[in-house]
Order: sequence, then C-alpha cells, then structure tokens
Amino acid sequence: MNNALQIVYLIPLLPLLGFLVNGLGRNYMSKTLISWTGSGTVLASFILSVWVFLQVKDGNTYVAHYFDFIKVDKLVIPFAFKIDQLSSLFLLIITGVGFLIHVYSASYMHEENRGHYGRYFSYLNLFVFSMLLLVMGANYVILFIGWEGVGLCSYLLIGYWFGNQSYNKAANKAFVMNRIGDLAFLIAIFWMISKAGSTGFAEVFSVAKGEVTGQSFTGFDITMITLLLFIGATGKSAQIPLFTWLPDAMAGPTPVSALIHAATMVTAGIYMIARSNILYSMAPLTMDIVAWTGLATALLAASIALKQNDIKKVLAYSTVSQLGFMFLALGTGAYVAAVFHVMTHAFFKALLFLGSGSVIHAMGGEQDIRNMGGLSKKLKITFWTFVAGCVAIAGIPPFSGFFSKDAILLSAFEKSPVMYGIALFTALLTAFYMFRLLFITFTGKFRGTAQQAQHLHESPAAMTLPLIILALLSIAGGWVGIPEVFGHGLDQLSAFLRPAVASLPHAHPVSHETEYALMGVSTLLVLVMILAAWFMFRNYQRKETAGLAKWLENKWYVDELYDFLLVNPLHKLGGWFRSVADPRLVDGLVNGVGKAVQYGSRQLRLLQSGQVGSYVLLMVLSMVLFFGIQFFLRK
Amino acid sequence: MPVINYIYIAIALFSIGVVGVLTRRNAIIIFMCIELMLNAVNLMLVAFSKMHQNAAILAGDLAGNAGSDGQLFVFFIMVVAAAEVSVGLAIIVMMYRNIHSVDINFLNRLKH
Repeated sequence: MNNALQIVYLIPLLPLLGFLVNGLGRNYMSKTLISWTGSGTVLASFILSVWVFLQVKDGNTYVAHYFDFIKVDKLVIPFAFKIDQLSSLFLLIITGVGFLIHVYSASYMHEENRGHYGRYFSYLNLFVFSMLLLVMGANYVILFIGWEGVGLCSYLLIGYWFGNQSYNKAANKAFVMNRIGDLAFLIAIFWMISKAGSTGFAEVFSVAKGEVTGQSFTGFDITMITLLLFIGATGKSAQIPLFTWLPDAMAGPTPVSALIHAATMVTAGIYMIARSNILYSMAPLTMDIVAWTGLATALLAASIALKQNDIKKVLAYSTVSQLGFMFLALGTGAYVAAVFHVMTHAFFKALLFLGSGSVIHAMGGEQDIRNMGGLSKKLKITFWTFVAGCVAIAGIPPFSGFFSKDAILLSAFEKSPVMYGIALFTALLTAFYMFRLLFITFTGKFRGTAQQAQHLHESPAAMTLPLIILALLSIAGGWVGIPEVFGHGLDQLSAFLRPAVASLPHAHPVSHETEYALMGVSTLLVLVMILAAWFMFRNYQRKETAGLAKWLENKWYVDELYDFLLVNPLHKLGGWFRSVADPRLVDGLVNGVGKAVQYGSRQLRLLQSGQVGSYVLLMVLSMVLFFGIQFFLRK
Repeated sequence: MPVINYIYIAIALFSIGVVGVLTRRNAIIIFMCIELMLNAVNLMLVAFSKMHQNAAILAGDLAGNAGSDGQLFVFFIMVVAAAEVSVGLAIIVMMYRNIHSVDINFLNRLKH
C-alpha cells in the first residue's frame, strides 16, 4: 500500500502543469479552455487528496522520498513529502476550497481580457502548487520553498491589477512584511542545521526529544528556534506586529482574498507551528508568547473591524482576528483546536469572501457598505449563504464555528481565566461586527445610486454554486469535532489527527458542568450581541464618527505609527543613500578607479622617450634587480 | 691560476661594456662595448671549461675531453660575432650616409 502513496507527487505537479500551460498559452487559449485547465488540475489534485486521505485515515503515515535536494558534506536535505493526517487534512482544505474558488473565479473574472485571464489562472495554480508543497514537505526546507512560493503568488495576485499604483504598493507591503518573517524562519532553519544536522521533521524532533546520541538541543536552542519560527509565522499569518499587510492585501481580486488571504496561505503559520508541536511543547516561554500575541491580535483586529466600512476590510480584520484565535489555541497547547479552527475558518471565511465578491459584482465594483443596504431582496442566494457564514463565525451551535471556537475558548479557560475573558470578549466582538456587516449590507433601504439599483442581480451559477457548497460546509463542517462532553467518540478530528498532532493534556481539566456552562454563556452572549447589532444597524444611516470610533475607523493608527517609526526613516535613509552615498561613494569608487588608471598611464607614457639609451638603462637596471632578487632574496 | 681571477676580469670587462653602452652616444663606441661584453662572456666560457677539464684530469679522466664543449661554444660565438660586426658596421655606415652622424640620439624618428 505504501508504494502506491509514492505517486503523491502528482498532487502538486498537476497545478504546476496548469500554471505552465495557462501561463505560456494565455494569449493562444480561449477563456473557457483556460478556466477548465485551471480548475481541472486542482480538481484532479482534490480527487487524489481524497484518495490520500482514505489511505491515512487509519493512522498510517508515509514519507515519500524522491531525490536528494541538497547534499553538502554531512548535511543531506532530501526532496521528500510527508503524508500524514495533518498534511492530508490540509491537502483536502487547499484543493477542495481551492477548486471551489477556481470555479467561482472563472465567472467572477470573466470581464478580464484573455491574456490577463490566463495570467490570473496561472498565478492561482502556481499558488495552489506552492501551498501544496508547503504542507507536503517532509522537512523545513521544502516547507520553506512552498512558504516563499505562496508569498510570491500572494504578491503577484495582490498586484494583479498592476495599473493601479496603490495596489502595487499594497503588494510590496505584503511582500516586504512577509520577508521580515521569512528571515526569522530562515535563521531558525540554520539554527536547526547547526545543532541537529538535519531539517527533517522526524529527525529534528527526535533530536529535540534527546533520542539521538551525540546531538541535542539545549533549552535555549529550543526556545530560540520556536521563537524564530513563530516570528516567521507572524509574518505569514498576519499577527502583531506584522499584521498590517493583510487588510491592504484586499487590493487583489476577491476570490484571491478568499483563497490566499483567508482560507489557505495565512494559515501556513498555524500549520507550521502545529507541525512543530513537539518543539513548542518543550518551550513554555514561547507558548506563552504565542498565546498572548494571538490574543492581542484577535482583540485588536476585532476592535478595528467594528468600524470598517469597506466590506472586504471588515472580512480582512476578521481574518486577522480569527488567526489570532488560532494562535491562542496553539499557545495554550490545543493544537487540534487550532487545526480544527483552520478548517472551519477556511469554510466560512472563504464563503464570506466569495459572498462579498458576489455583492461587489452585483454593485458593479462598489465596496463601501455605506452605499449598500437592502440587498437581501435581490441577492437571495448570496444573502442566505452569507447568513450561514456569519452565524458560523459568530459561533452559534450547531454551526461549524461554534465547535472550533468553543474548543479554543475551553483551552484558554484551562490556561487562565483572564485569557478566557479576553477571548470571550473578542468572540462577542466578532459576532457583533459580522452581523453589523450583514445588516448594513443586506437589510434596510438601498443607499446606492439609481444606476446601481438597476444593475443589481444575482450572480451566475458558477458563483452561487461554490457559495452553496461552502455554506453547507460551514454548517456541517464542525460536526467532525464535537466535544467529548456530548458523548464519547464524537471528537473524530482529534482521534484522526492523533498520530500526527495531539493537544497537550491540561493540568486542571474542567468538569463537564463547567464546560456546559461555558458553552451556554458564550452562546447566550453571542445571541445578545446579534440582537444588539440588529437594533443598531437594521436601518443604518450614515453619520460621522468621533472619539474612540474614529480611532477604530483609522485602525488604531497602526499604519501611521509604522510609517512614522520605520517606513519614513527608511525612506529618508534611502534618500540619503541615493543623493549622497551612491553618487559620492559608489560612483566615486568606480570613477576613481578609471581616473587612477588614466592618470597612471599618462605618467607611464613618459617612459617611452624614444631615447635608446634610456631603454637600455632600464633594461640593465631591471636585470640587475632580477639578479639581485635571484641571488640575495630568494632562498 | 685560480678561476676567481678570470671571473674578476670578466666582470670588469662586462661592466665596462655595460657602462659604455649606457653612457656613450657614438654608435661605433657602443658597438665596441657590445663586443667587449661578448668577449667577457667568451672569457668566462673558456675559463670555466678549463676548470672543468682540470677537475676531470685530477679525478682520473686522462682523455681530457671534459669541458671541451665550452671552448667549442666560444668558437661559435666568435663566428657569429664576426658576422654581427659586419652587419652592424654596415648599418652604421648606412646611418652615417643618411644623417651624417653616428650619434644614436638622432635615431629617434620612430617616436614621431
């Protein structure tokens, strides 16, 4: 059976082929062919992923080794894929949600011309390829290749409409911020190589556990490696302090935001930490930092989302906030809960983004929710699927978000009640801002122009079908991880993931009554928040904001702070280099070499006097010199 | 006579030749100085070959052929030097016919 798994290389290879075909043939192929190639390759990968999932369902794991990628002295980094429960789950999410988004894109991007359409699909396929590489790699180096690949694709797709300069700036911002994290990741890899002599997951973990004689990590090593990896994760997964790129990344087409900046790429950091759970469990200090960073990000982003008026910005901050929740789960040792939330979040956030895309499509490119309202009558499918997404993210049973969020809240409660309090408050904010978005957009009176009102229409089937499927997943996706209190054996996800990832057992497990009480309290409060949102925003009227709301609307001025602290000084430094260091130092050096040669040769030219006597004199003198060297200096 | 005396005299001759070439401007004198250097070398060749011959005889080689190639070499040099002198003198004669002087400092036209 294991030999059959050797062909998993097809899973990333097919999207890569799709990328090549679409990228090279974009000017020759029809749009229909392009979209079929793009979606078809991902669908094939999805089918293979399902097959892989069935293979590993019973606890098998397999490492498919292909060739030695890097071989220097004793360091061997193989090109190998690790197929286990964790990676197969991510494979399903990436290819499954990815396929739906490809189908959606085929319709959403239909107004682009052929060359750009092909470019879009080739980037999308390249992204899927990189993401698959990221989750399948059997060592940190392969993971890092995928990590960089998704960063590149994110950059390309954010700047997809490159005619707009501010979009290009957003793409640059995303790329540079990711780069900061990537540097830390790279240092962590080097650290591992120097201490463990390997980057393979299995090898590094066995060294960390002290199972290998001759090599071992000190506590300091583990703390530093995990911290550096975490910094890498904060870049990719948009956590404090590197989160500001994600809201700006909404410059890309909406399906891209759904695929890359909500469902898959931004969860790479969570995947990486869940994959390294053995290391993290050995570094309590890092765990605390991860938990508090996640919590702070969740709260900060949720507070900003309360006052955003761009439909995609709200969802972007919501994504940052949910990612914060996942890090909170990781930091409290609930790795399974984090992975669970990645899965449910992929469903409902992709749904919400695609729903917002459908709204934007109907509004003819309008993204400001203040100009919407009352859309529920015209966009019935979009509305009801959006409701499903909102209910799921708010965490109302039995929708998927409830189960994953409950697992995280429970884990936070077991860690410390303070953490639980903040996390619960953030969850309530989540419910509030999501329903604010829902009510402002879909209820009340239409506030757009008459022309837009004329244009309002439900999206075509290629767009609504993915919405419906994702809505069903958002409702039912959580049922694989129903907590144990409701009955033994219901938490299938933990059982499934156990061979690869297992949550840390808690020192003080809570009683069943407490668990029920926590669930009841959170559900009740969420319902109260939804009602509050209903009363406040059902008939939304535009008005000026002031005070704290103004701070929130301006995102706590974090961007301005970064501009002031880092970006502007760096710009000034760059300006100084351009106006002073470059012309004087670099050019001076280059020109100086030229001038020195010219001057020297002008002087040397004088030796060519044409006087035979002087030539002979020089000849004799140099011969005497050579003889002198020969006889007296050379021994 | 020890061979060192020959070396001294050859060095003296060679140095006179070099200094002559360097300091004089008259082409004929320069030519003579070149001959002087050549002959200093010849002297050395003869002296060293004689030295080797003596050493060989002392070591028991009574046929006495050792070192004779050095003396043969001297004859070749003398022949070549004679040919060179004839060519060189011819050049100097032509030079005198053209510029009415044998001062080599006038021969710098290639420079211009």
